[in-house]
Amino acid sequence: MSGPQIISESPWRGSLRRLLNNALATAGAVFLVLLCLTCWFGPKLSRYSQSEQNLELKATAPSAAHWMGTDALGRDIATRVLHGGRVSLLVGILATGVAVIIGVAYGLIAGLAGGRTDSALMRVVDILYAFPFMTFVIILTVVFGRDFKLLFATIGAVEWLTMARVVRGQVLSLRKQEFITAARSYGARWWHILFRHLLPNVIGPVIIYASLTVPGVMLLEATLSFLGLGIQPPDASWGVLIRDGAEQMETAPWLLIFPGVFFSATLLALNFLGDGLRDALDPKSLR
Amino acid sequence: MLSFIISRVFQGLAVILVVIVITFALMKIAPGGPFQSDRAMPEYVKANLEAQYGLDKPWHVQLARHIKNFATFDLPLSYRYKGRGVGEIIAESFPVSLAIGLPALLIALGLGVPMGALAALKPNTFEDRAATILSTLGVCLPSMVLGPVLALLVALKLHWFNVAGWYDADDWVLPSLTLGIIYSAYIARLTRGGLRETLVQDFIRTARAKGASEASVVFRHALKLACLPVLNFLGPAAAGLLTGSFVIETVFQIPGLGQHFISAAMHQDYTLAMGTAAFYSALIVGFNILVDVIQAMLNPRIGFSS
Repeated sequence: MSGPQIISESPWRGSLRRLLNNALATAGAVFLVLLCLTCWFGPKLSRYSQSEQNLELKATAPSAAHWMGTDALGRDIATRVLHGGRVSLLVGILATGVAVIIGVAYGLIAGLAGGRTDSALMRVVDILYAFPFMTFVIILTVVFGRDFKLLFATIGAVEWLTMARVVRGQVLSLRKQEFITAARSYGARWWHILFRHLLPNVIGPVIIYASLTVPGVMLLEATLSFLGLGIQPPDASWGVLIRDGAEQMETAPWLLIFPGVFFSATLLALNFLGDGLRDALDPKSLR
Repeated sequence: MLSFIISRVFQGLAVILVVIVITFALMKIAPGGPFQSDRAMPEYVKANLEAQYGLDKPWHVQLARHIKNFATFDLPLSYRYKGRGVGEIIAESFPVSLAIGLPALLIALGLGVPMGALAALKPNTFEDRAATILSTLGVCLPSMVLGPVLALLVALKLHWFNVAGWYDADDWVLPSLTLGIIYSAYIARLTRGGLRETLVQDFIRTARAKGASEASVVFRHALKLACLPVLNFLGPAAAGLLTGSFVIETVFQIPGLGQHFISAAMHQDYTLAMGTAAFYSALIVGFNILVDVIQAMLNPRIGFSS
C-alpha cells in the first residue's frame, strides 16, 4: 500500500483483521462452523438413526453403506458420531455460558465493591482453586443423578474461577482510569457506567477466556461420560462413544478411532481459535 | 518465613475442613442410603447396622465425629467393604497410584521442560514450530484417546506390555507414559511462555550487557523466574498425578485410589468417599504450600508475605 493509511480502524475491526490474518485460527474457526453444521444437519440427512439397531451387522468395518462402520449392535457409527458431537458441543457451549455468567457477575461485584468485600470474595476463589474438583463433580453427578441439564450446570459451576479473576482484575484497573472519573463527574448513574463504560471494556478478555474454557469443559464432559457418570445411553456424546470404542478396540478399532479423531480435531480447532482470539484481541500479550 | 508457612498451613486446614463438610452435606442429601439393597431387610437389622456406624445420631453429631476422626487420623470403617477401615484401603491403593504417578511426573518434566525451553530460545525457527505443534497436539489428545491408542499399538500389536491390569512388574509403563506425555504438553507450553516473557525483561539485558555467557543468562538468571508458571501448574498437577488419574485407572484397569473413589461415590460408601476426598485435598494443599514456598524463594518480588 502506498502512503500512510488515512482511514482509521475501529478496535473491533482491527481485531477481526488480526484474527483473519492468523491462518491457524481461521482454519480452526472454519472447521468449527463446518463441524457444527454437519453435526446439526448430518443426522437428519442420514439414512440411519443413531439408536437404530441392525443385529445382522454386528461390528462391521467401514464400508460404502456405513462410512465409519457399525458397532456391536449394528448402529451406524457415522450417525452416532455426528449425533454425539451435537451433545458434546452443546454441553461445551452451555456449560461455558454458565461459567461465563457466574464468573462475570462475581468478578464485577468483587471489582466494583473493592476493599474488604473484594478481598473476602477473592479469598473464596483462592480457596476454591485448591479444591479437588474432579472428586466434587463426581460426587455431584452421583448425588443429583445423571441428568443432561445438571451435567452442564455442574461443569459450569466449577469452571468460573479464572473468569472471575480476569474480570475482577480488569474492572479494578478500569475503575481508576480517567474516562470513568469523567463519566462520574458529569453525573452518570452507576448502571450507565457499568453498561456503557465497564462491560464493553471487559468483553475482550471475557471472549478470550470463554474460548479457552470451551475445550476444558468439553474435556471434562468427555471424562465424566467416559467414566459412566455423564451422558447416559441410549444418548451418546463423544466421551460415551470413546468409552465404547476403548472396550472393543481389539476387535473393532474403528469404534475408537472415529470418535477419537473427531474429538481431538475439535479440541485442536478450539485451541487454535482461542490462541488466535487472544492474539487478536490483546495485541500487547506476549505469548 | 515460618509465619508464612504457618498461615498457609492453617489456610490449608480450612480447605480440608470445608471439603469434609461439603462432602458430608452432599452425601446426606443423596437419595438412598448405604444399606439400601434390593433384598428386603428386617427393620431391626437395618437399625442395628445404622447404630453400629453411628448413623442413628443427629447429623451434627455425625459431622463432629467425622471431623474428629480425620483430625486424629482414626478413619472409620468402610460402609461397603465389611470390617475394613478407610485408612487401610487408602494405604493399600495409594502406593499403586504413586507407582504410576511418580514416573509420569518425571516423564512430564523430562519431556516438557527441555521442549519448551528449546522453543523459547529459538523463537520462530523450525524447532520452535515443531515443539509448539507437538505440545498443542498433546493438549488435544485426551488421556481417554491416547491411553487406548497406546495400548492398541504397543500392547496389542507389538506385545511389549499387558493391555490392562496390575499383575506384572512393568504394568506401570503404559499408564505412566500416557499421563506423562499429556502433562508434558502443558509443561512445555508453560515453560515456553515463561521463558519468552522472562528473556525480554530488563535484568536479562543487564546480564547480557555485563557480558554473561548465553548459558549463564539462561540458567543462572532467566530459568529461576521462567519456571514460576510451571511450578504454579505443578502444585495441583502433582497431586492429581500422584493420586492417580480417574481415566487412566479406568482405561488400564488399575486398582488405584481413583477407582476406589469412583466406586465409593457410586455405591454411596460415604466414609470411603469422604476419606478419599479429604486425602486428595490434603495432598493438593500440601503441594500448594510446597509450591508457594519454592516460589517465594525463587522470586524475591513475591516474598514471604501472607
